[in-house]
Amino acid sequence: MILLQLFYEFFKIGLFAVGGGAATIPFLYSLSDATAWFSYTDLANMIAISESTPGAIGVNMSSYVGMTVAGIPGCIIATLGLVAPSIIVILVIAHFLKRFRDSRLVQDIFYGLRPASTGLIASACLGLAQISLLDVGALTSIYTLSNLFHWKEVVLALLIYMGIKKFNKHPIVYIGAAAAFGIIFQLAA
Amino acid sequence: MKELWQLFGVFARLGAVTFGGGYAMLPILQREIVEKRNWATEDEVMDYYAIGQCTPGIISVNVSTFIGFKLKGILGGIIATLGFIAPSIVIIAIIATFISAFADAMVVKHAFAGIRVCVCVLIFNAVIKLGKGAVKDIVTGIVCALVFLAATFTPVSPIILVVLAGAAGAVSKAIGRRFAKDKGGKNA
Repeated sequence: MILLQLFYEFFKIGLFAVGGGAATIPFLYSLSDATAWFSYTDLANMIAISESTPGAIGVNMSSYVGMTVAGIPGCIIATLGLVAPSIIVILVIAHFLKRFRDSRLVQDIFYGLRPASTGLIASACLGLAQISLLDVGALTSIYTLSNLFHWKEVVLALLIYMGIKKFNKHPIVYIGAAAAFGIIFQLAA
Repeated sequence: MKELWQLFGVFARLGAVTFGGGYAMLPILQREIVEKRNWATEDEVMDYYAIGQCTPGIISVNVSTFIGFKLKGILGGIIATLGFIAPSIVIIAIIATFISAFADAMVVKHAFAGIRVCVCVLIFNAVIKLGKGAVKDIVTGIVCALVFLAATFTPVSPIILVVLAGAAGAVSKAIGRRFAKDKGGKNA
């Protein structure tokens, strides 16, 4: 039963997440809200692992969530659910390749879809910042701004951002460096 | 049969060596599919990317399905895609098992606290890059802002937001063209 639900949930994500792997993240947040299969913190850890292992991030994420929820069968079923819409849609489109690309309506729809995808991912990013950079509890209890931010984490975030802008290395490099920073400076778990 | 196995094997290798998917797979595709095997031309691969980007699903999965279909029809499309996702399933299944055994160790907790910060910055960077391509004018700016606000402050499902945004794109373009026509037939 849970396998059927996993397939259905990931089929929906595969059908509506347009674009790269990051596009699946907002859908996984909403899946976390709807099912309580995993927490936001679990999700952040899964994203980190998916980014630093081989394979497309979205595929890795579905494997990971499936594994967490229902073991190896879940891992396989969730991933198959994610790619099933791709297989169906692409096989249909491959037949009508030229007409589809030249369709004005299709282009118009994607004119609206791309900024929406950006907005969704930006929102997911804010959710991640909330659990990794901010102490939201401090907002309501103590009225000092210095307690709102996890300062060590904020410094780390700035360092990583500067590193990305300056060196443009593979994400795994920054993830490794951030893990070392976390261990050395004992970041709060 | 042998060719299908070969297809599966080649895409399994692509899945195993591509970190991050999407455009990260492009240089590997160019080498393995275009230059080494002549399974598709450079232009075809770029076409697949363009379409794969604006159809449902993960880009690299879509491109895999396309190339498999081109070579061996429907079965080829399915086999290539299964090949591409097989390494992910195996690797993640192993890591997920391994991590949960160590998840309670303090060192692992500190490491992941750092890694979560990093992931946040990586996604922020991705948003900036995506935004540069997607937010080009007032309409796309408004769509992006509204979707961001709705996703952050309301429990509306992303599916509904995606459908509404697609409709908004089609309608606004249609209105824009009508308006340009009324003004004297200028091309919108």
